[in-house]
Amino acid sequence: MSRSAALRTMARRRGKVDAAERLKLAETLLETDDLATCARCALDWLGRSAGVARGLCLVGSQESPSVLQPVATLAVRSTRAQSFTLDLETHNDPLVAATVRLEASIFGRNGRPAPRTPLESSRLIAIPLHARQALEEYPIGLLIVAPIDPEIETEAKWVAGLLGPRLTALRAAQRRQEGERRSLRERTLLYNIINAVSDPVLLTDTEGRIIVANARAEVLLSSGEDDSEGRRRAVALNNMLFSSALTRRAIEGAEPWRHELLLVDPVDGSDLLFELLSTVTVDPREGTGIVSILRNVTDLRRATQEIEENYRKLRLAEADARAERDRLDLIIDSVADPILVTDPNANIVMLNAPAERLFTVDPAAGAEARRTVQANDAHFSSFVSNLFFEPGALRRSGSIGLVDPRTGAPLPVEAISGKIVSEHGEVTATVTILHDRTEELERARLYEQLKRASSELEQKVREATAELTRQNELLRRSHFEIERASAAKSQFLANMSHEFRTPLNAILGYTSMLLKGVTGELTAHQRRNLERVDSNAHHLLAIINDILDISRIEAGKMPLTLTTFDLKDLVAEVLAEVEPIIARSQLAVTSQLAADVPQLKTDRQKVKQIVINFLTNAIKFTPRGSVEVRAGSMPDGDQIAIAVADTGIGISAEDRERIFEDFRQADNSPTREYMGAGLGLAICRRLAGMLDGAITLESEIGRGSTFTLVVPREVKRA
Amino acid sequence: MTPRRTQAAKEGKAAAAKSPLILVVDDFADNREMYSQFLQFSGFRVVEAQNGHEALEKAFGHAPNLIVMDLSLPGLDGWEATRRLKADDRTRAIPIIALTGHALAGHSKGAMDAGCDAFITKPCLPERLLEEIKSMLKG
Repeated sequence: MSRSAALRTMARRRGKVDAAERLKLAETLLETDDLATCARCALDWLGRSAGVARGLCLVGSQESPSVLQPVATLAVRSTRAQSFTLDLETHNDPLVAATVRLEASIFGRNGRPAPRTPLESSRLIAIPLHARQALEEYPIGLLIVAPIDPEIETEAKWVAGLLGPRLTALRAAQRRQEGERRSLRERTLLYNIINAVSDPVLLTDTEGRIIVANARAEVLLSSGEDDSEGRRRAVALNNMLFSSALTRRAIEGAEPWRHELLLVDPVDGSDLLFELLSTVTVDPREGTGIVSILRNVTDLRRATQEIEENYRKLRLAEADARAERDRLDLIIDSVADPILVTDPNANIVMLNAPAERLFTVDPAAGAEARRTVQANDAHFSSFVSNLFFEPGALRRSGSIGLVDPRTGAPLPVEAISGKIVSEHGEVTATVTILHDRTEELERARLYEQLKRASSELEQKVREATAELTRQNELLRRSHFEIERASAAKSQFLANMSHEFRTPLNAILGYTSMLLKGVTGELTAHQRRNLERVDSNAHHLLAIINDILDISRIEAGKMPLTLTTFDLKDLVAEVLAEVEPIIARSQLAVTSQLAADVPQLKTDRQKVKQIVINFLTNAIKFTPRGSVEVRAGSMPDGDQIAIAVADTGIGISAEDRERIFEDFRQADNSPTREYMGAGLGLAICRRLAGMLDGAITLESEIGRGSTFTLVVPREVKRA
Repeated sequence: MTPRRTQAAKEGKAAAAKSPLILVVDDFADNREMYSQFLQFSGFRVVEAQNGHEALEKAFGHAPNLIVMDLSLPGLDGWEATRRLKADDRTRAIPIIALTGHALAGHSKGAMDAGCDAFITKPCLPERLLEEIKSMLKG
């Protein structure tokens, strides 16, 4: 049905009022968009066409639909009407009840009093205004008219039937408009907010196409035709980088995501580092999109880098400082002497390892150790405090008697404290070094002991030296006396020898002269006797010479004259010298010399004397047979043996040693029978000793004897 | 020169006037006279002295051809006498044969040091002395 047809149908229903007027009202209401105007038109029409005297139209406000407020009046003072509202939440109000029940009610008839209204009428008709569309219709308003009249009631109901839906529609339209306006305002606000954000903010679809971008984002990501080529390229590059970042983001998942994105500033071409925060938004109507916020972290990054650099430097410096500190600690700890740093209150603030051993105590240590540490601390504090009390002094040294807490042994130390003074002249700390004096004291003690021992030793040495000197003096004296005795003995022997010789010289001389016939011819008898004198005188001389030899050897006055000579020559010489005796003896005297007998270096005269002695003895004691002189090297090659072997009377075993003694001959009295003093072999043995040699004897009674002299080829001493 | 001649005539008839004059110095008369007798027997002229001083006196006075000097003399001993004789121009050239009863080595060395020309240890048979004198005079 068309709108005009509907109006015509409505107008036809009523008889009294001209259908045309009804149609006109309906058209007016439909044409009027304003709610209040509609209500006034309706009231005006009722006043004009239906004879309503006074009327009031109340409509729920847009903000609170349950509170009805006047929108139009008819013949009611507007000032009065304006203060009238009807709260549908209110109970026991007959108007409210009528309105809520959607019943047209007549007040002032049938015992129903009219409530107070701006109409100031005791009889009135109240008709709720509603849309008449759904069962649970909510009243939009209330139409109150007066006076009570069936026609008025009918017309009012008809107008209300028109006005209700129309007002409802208008209110709905009004609400829609209001919503749109608010939405626009909100969008504008939002956009302004987004634009106000200095960071680029974008909404893109999943393909990276921009749906919304704020101004900052547009600078980066969009360009116009009139923009420069460089700027367009920069924007294209930015778009590419941004899309690629978003694509990666899409691959990596739906969680809110941060990513660093390097873009180009299209204005000046500089690099801009952004932190890209993107979040996926799912909107049932708009579909899935991605909200991205780009936070310019270029400066942040630079600042971060600077901070990192500074931090790194700081850390290096810190490490340096720590290393320095560690080194210092190491040095301080490696110092064997305890070192302590104290603050001006004499509290220990730092100590090295050796100091820790003295001034700190292991909690597990016993009470004794704790007391010791406390005592040490007290001694130390008192020492350091004294330094603080001397304003002028920068250093102080002195001795402190500490105790080693570990051993309980006394630990005398020498303490040297120095103040550390700040630039402002105030004492900030003191450093104290403790030097263990135990060793020093021990050394001093040992030194003292040593000194004492040394002086004792010195004393003893002095005494010993004095004793030695005394002994030496005695020895010297005794030696001197021995020397003197020896010299006296030698002198005596020499004198005796001289005293013997002088008369003997005369005897021999005169005898010789007599025998030579100096004083005339002698008779045979005289000559024979004189020869005996001569012979005995010679014998006596030989004895004297032997005694002299022995005493010279004994006195060490027999000189040793070393020469190098041939043994063969020596043997020949001996044989020649002894030839008269050999001739007299009728013995066969031979010599047997090895071909390789080397030269000798020794005292030739002494060797010769010994060999002559051997040979004369052999001839003397060999009545018949032979005598042989032999010579050769000993097997060792360093010694020479000269032997004289005879076939004589031989020497018994017991006599073999005795014959070498002084004044001995084998038969104990053969000096008469065989002549000789019996000193020959004694002298020979002594002479052999002088030559570092020896004499050996082999003999057999009745078979003969062999005397052998063994001497070194060379006498080593001078 | 009468004393010399007289003495020579008295002590050695066999000695020729031109034969060498030997001064024999010895404090022991038996030995001195024994050598003197034998030397005169052997054809020498001989003067004798009993001690060092006399030896010097006789040496300077007689200028002997050779002196036989016993070293052990009373007073001025043989070594000293020899030194003085050898220190004096008049007697320096006269050969001196030292005689000693001391057979020790020190004696011969001292004698040589004093200036003796030969050294003989007693006992010394007159023949032995004669041989030495002859060899000295020949040299």
